[in-house]
Amino acid sequence: MEPLLKVKNLTMNFGGLRALDRLDLDVYAAEIVALIGPNGAGKTTFFNCITGIYPPTEGDMVISPPGKKRERLNGLKPNHVTERGLARTFQNIRLFLNMTVLENVMIGRHCRMSAGIAGAIFRGPDTVKEEKAVVRDSYMILEKIGITDFVNELAMNLPYGAQRRLEIARAMATEPFMLLLDEPAAGMNPQETKELDDLIIWIRDNEKIAILLIEHDMKLVMSLSDRIYVVDYGKKIAEGTPEEIKNNPAVIKAYLGEEIDA
Amino acid sequence: MEYFLELFLGGLTRGSIYALIALGYTMVYGIIELINFAHGEIYMIGAFTALIVASVLTMLGWNHIAILLIASIVAVIYSSAYGYTVEKLAYKPLRQAPRLSALISAIGMSLFLQNYVLLAQTSDFLPFPSLIPDFKFWEPYSHIISSSELVILITTAIVMILLTFLIKFTKIGKAMRATAQDRNMAMLVGVDVDRVISVTFLVGSATAALGGVLIASHIGQINFYIGFIAGIKAFVAAVLGGIGSIPGAVLGSLVLGWTESFFTGYVSSDYEDVFAFLFLVFILIFRPAGILGRSETEKV
Amino acid sequence: MITFQEIKRSFLVSVWFMFLTFPIMVIRVNTVQNVIEWRWKNLLFVGIGSFILSFVWRYLIQRKEAGKKKAEAGEIDKMPLSQRIFEERKIFVPGLITLSVFALVFPFIFSLYQTNIMITGLIYVMLGLGLNIVVGLAGLLDLGYVAFYAVGAYSYALLNHHFGIGFWAALPIGAGMGALFGIILGFPVLRLRGDYLAIVTLGFGEIIRLILENWNEFSFGPSGIANIARPSFFGIQFSVQNATIYLYYIMIVLILFTIFVVNRLQNSRIGRAWIALREDEVACQAMGIDKRKTKLTAFALGATWAGMAGVIFAAKTTFINPASFTIWESIIILCIVVLGGMGSILGVILGALILILLPEYLRAFSEYRMLIFGVMLVATMVFCPGGIVPDIRRTYKFEGLQNNTKNNP
Repeated sequence: MEPLLKVKNLTMNFGGLRALDRLDLDVYAAEIVALIGPNGAGKTTFFNCITGIYPPTEGDMVISPPGKKRERLNGLKPNHVTERGLARTFQNIRLFLNMTVLENVMIGRHCRMSAGIAGAIFRGPDTVKEEKAVVRDSYMILEKIGITDFVNELAMNLPYGAQRRLEIARAMATEPFMLLLDEPAAGMNPQETKELDDLIIWIRDNEKIAILLIEHDMKLVMSLSDRIYVVDYGKKIAEGTPEEIKNNPAVIKAYLGEEIDA
Repeated sequence: MEYFLELFLGGLTRGSIYALIALGYTMVYGIIELINFAHGEIYMIGAFTALIVASVLTMLGWNHIAILLIASIVAVIYSSAYGYTVEKLAYKPLRQAPRLSALISAIGMSLFLQNYVLLAQTSDFLPFPSLIPDFKFWEPYSHIISSSELVILITTAIVMILLTFLIKFTKIGKAMRATAQDRNMAMLVGVDVDRVISVTFLVGSATAALGGVLIASHIGQINFYIGFIAGIKAFVAAVLGGIGSIPGAVLGSLVLGWTESFFTGYVSSDYEDVFAFLFLVFILIFRPAGILGRSETEKV
Repeated sequence: MITFQEIKRSFLVSVWFMFLTFPIMVIRVNTVQNVIEWRWKNLLFVGIGSFILSFVWRYLIQRKEAGKKKAEAGEIDKMPLSQRIFEERKIFVPGLITLSVFALVFPFIFSLYQTNIMITGLIYVMLGLGLNIVVGLAGLLDLGYVAFYAVGAYSYALLNHHFGIGFWAALPIGAGMGALFGIILGFPVLRLRGDYLAIVTLGFGEIIRLILENWNEFSFGPSGIANIARPSFFGIQFSVQNATIYLYYIMIVLILFTIFVVNRLQNSRIGRAWIALREDEVACQAMGIDKRKTKLTAFALGATWAGMAGVIFAAKTTFINPASFTIWESIIILCIVVLGGMGSILGVILGALILILLPEYLRAFSEYRMLIFGVMLVATMVFCPGGIVPDIRRTYKFEGLQNNTKNNP
């Protein structure tokens, strides 16, 4: 079976600094894949390359969306990547703070709508129908994510946990076939993390969206993931199931260092 | 050939003046990432203060050299004070605000200072006494480059050297470099960021004031509006050289000075300002980092 | 209540300002006539004024800090006054009716002079609403907006001069030219960040003005174009008196049209995209919005109103020259948007009326107009960045999955 996302040989140089070094990574349908590694290993850079923010120095990134033909991501602008069905959240929350929660999600629907200037000014029947649908669909997403209490609240007034969830809701509004979550559990307490765990699994199973996530919370990673990739200094140092990774000496070395013989 | 030399040296002089102003822009931008729209007005206030002091002292009958020195020193002190005050009032409260807010505030300050001087003084062009004497020993060369131009060049060179020394070898210079690179980190390692920012404004304003005094003496007249045009051109120079970079500001100023000089000398002098603006537009579109600037990639 | 510490601080502040402003405020030099004037009175004014103002400043800053702390702690403010007025049908509807009646009979109550002023005010309302799209909604600091105003005015003036084209035909042409230039001048700045965008647009504004001033064969240079035709009423030309009243009513209609269109744009897919662009350009792109297209539409649609306003301005004054289109115009319009409340239509309208009408009625202070504008820009940004009527986001009602939308302009 074709992977939804196939990354081969991805290399990213910033001047003299090699942030990604011939990285290979695949994500298959109905999978939750985790990308872990020490800080500075290149994980967010990886996301930025896939989503078109940086053009990679070398390598191929190919997607095979369900029901559509294969396509190369290299050279696509970020908004085109999202149109193709890859949506992301950010390590440092990047919400539209002066817009309401509902409007944030409605922005996610932008690329699936078609109203233009004429539609905006004349509000013909098509546009009116579309606007109604957008409001309804956005609300439904908020229901699924569980933050309808805040629907008319400005995003900047939300508690931290709700803001993280809103980012996920917004990304889901773009109708992706795959979600890229960058440290979704950062700063969450154990209760919130447990809820996030359930939410992500629910997204995979009910919404049929594959998930690629960057995380530092090992408990969450081990409990959620179907497969894990470990990177350090931009290189893949291990790949496998949670069980395999837990016992992999290279991984242990990268995180904890080598044992010093006393 | 002599015309070329004339234009070359004229450009060098222009460039030196732009450099004195551009330094202030680039230093402030390096530290707080703000285009200090009011900087041109600081330059203008320096010139006006010098004029006022010079007039009073002339009335008292002091000799020219003394007047020049005292007027320059007082102008420098006052411009620095204005720069310091402007920062505390209009920029400091907005350090955490979005950049648009600080920019608008800077525009407001510029507007205010211009009209302040306009209302407190006059809208007329005021003649500025030629304070820089004609040196006897320079007489044989004065057709190529006049005494006052020579003074401008030498002063600018000295300022450059002093500034480089300040930035590279003193403790406060190191603090300034650290704050420019990463303000929060500098705070965490104990740098008094408020003080560093104030010093930056003081130094930048001081050099601008010097520029104001020198050019006013050289050209012979000032009015409340000179800050605006000089400010824009100095900003062009700072951006051209790479905003945030001190050698860049000097380099950019010289390049702008020469290209302006040759353009007006060989092509047309009507469109001089259009040329400067177009030049600016081109740089910002095609190489926003400038000649010596580093391309900033935003961390996502 | 006022501590000794505070008095001491204010005293020091006052001394500082007296020192600072001494040369410029106290000593007036006139090197033409070789006169020096000493105005010691001013020193006193500065001293007392800064003493008092320092208390005011400190109080306002403290209030701001307190407000910020409340917001961080999660206490959400009660609805701003303006929103509550809208909610109260009992106040809103009669208020609107009174306003409409007032607007309709205005030219018959007040003199021709006043009507003229009002027309000017309405022109700035249109300009403010246009710039609001660019700066307020999309967050693109355009300091050269006056260029589009000039384009509209000169389009009408030149078409009228060379081809006898009348006001009504020129109106859409002016708007179109504005939009066209919006795209032309918008293209080069697509990649630029906030500060650079501001400077480049400022440069464009100046370039346009300088070209109009120097290219005599095209624009007739500094002497400008005169005898521009006023709008005709089905072919009839009015007297100066009636033409002014006529223009007033035309403006009212056009303003209503402007408010209608701008409101629709704001509450649409494209309006939301603009706001997202302003809030976070990177996230906006990541959500599938084409950054370049969004910026260009903001520029183009914003410039359209300036073009239209330019045509009206030319028709009103029947004479234009480059001196009317300086960077200060751009800054005044920016003041209107900033003071009014970026993104808020009502705020911009109020801002325009205040900033344009007030100086007309306070002629005594006209010298200080620009000075006050400068202070106002700084003060608004420091204490009240939202403006007098902050933008209120639209709220929706949900009962289960049913959605009833409630409209907040």
